[in-house]
Amino acid sequence: MKLKEVAEALNLKLVTKDLSEDALYVDVEGGYVSDLLSNAMGQAQAGMLWVTMQGHQNVAAVASLIGLAGVIVAGDAPVAEETLHKASVNDVAVFTTPLSAYDVVGKLYTMGVVNED
Amino acid sequence: MSVKLNYACEGGNFDVAGEASAKIKKTLQRIGIPADVVRRIAIGTYEAEMNVIIHAGGGNVCAEVFPDKTIITVSDEGPGIPDIKQALQEGWSTAPDYVRQMGFGAGMGLPNMVKCSDDIDIQSTVGKGTNIVMTFKHKSEDL
Repeated sequence: MKLKEVAEALNLKLVTKDLSEDALYVDVEGGYVSDLLSNAMGQAQAGMLWVTMQGHQNVAAVASLIGLAGVIVAGDAPVAEETLHKASVNDVAVFTTPLSAYDVVGKLYTMGVVNED
Repeated sequence: MSVKLNYACEGGNFDVAGEASAKIKKTLQRIGIPADVVRRIAIGTYEAEMNVIIHAGGGNVCAEVFPDKTIITVSDEGPGIPDIKQALQEGWSTAPDYVRQMGFGAGMGLPNMVKCSDDIDIQSTVGKGTNIVMTFKHKSEDL
């Protein structure tokens, strides 16, 4: 499933200011939830969506470093201006949603965005 | 024959945190190092770079790329690690609260470096600094 389809289905708000069209057409290959950066970096795999409550710029740096499909900042958690800048520079899709992390993941699973064994 | 990359990292500056790791990663991708190896190197380097930024007030990240391996050396003149064995325990951290609030300082950095690298050497002297050398073999895990 393409990132754009996921974003539309969950009514996610794209907050990355300057994102390439290509970045929205990547395949979402599962997901990971964590607010600990080292944990997310060590466990999330390339192509996954990262659901977190962290909205600071290092989230964009980590997402770029391990090649994630995108980041969903859940629960209307604030996203720093620096994050938007870093996300633009690194072409990382960062979304926000009022949904809780639990609800985001539940919806992703229902849509078929599941992790392969 | 090797390619050598050297980057300075500024302590406490989260604006540029991870940039040395990102540049090294891009170079390795360009050279054609297998993706899973690049991932391990990127994670190990990022963890070490963040430790320098969080704890040491600045340091250096150096990558030396050989045909069969990459050696990452991260050095600083920070406070040093009094007990390396303790610091290697998962969950052990001395990071300040503001760093923990960002999702760092969960005591996963050094264990991640150990997991990602094929060999790691940590030398540290309290009051003088820390020098970490990680070796990553280029052989893909899938081979």
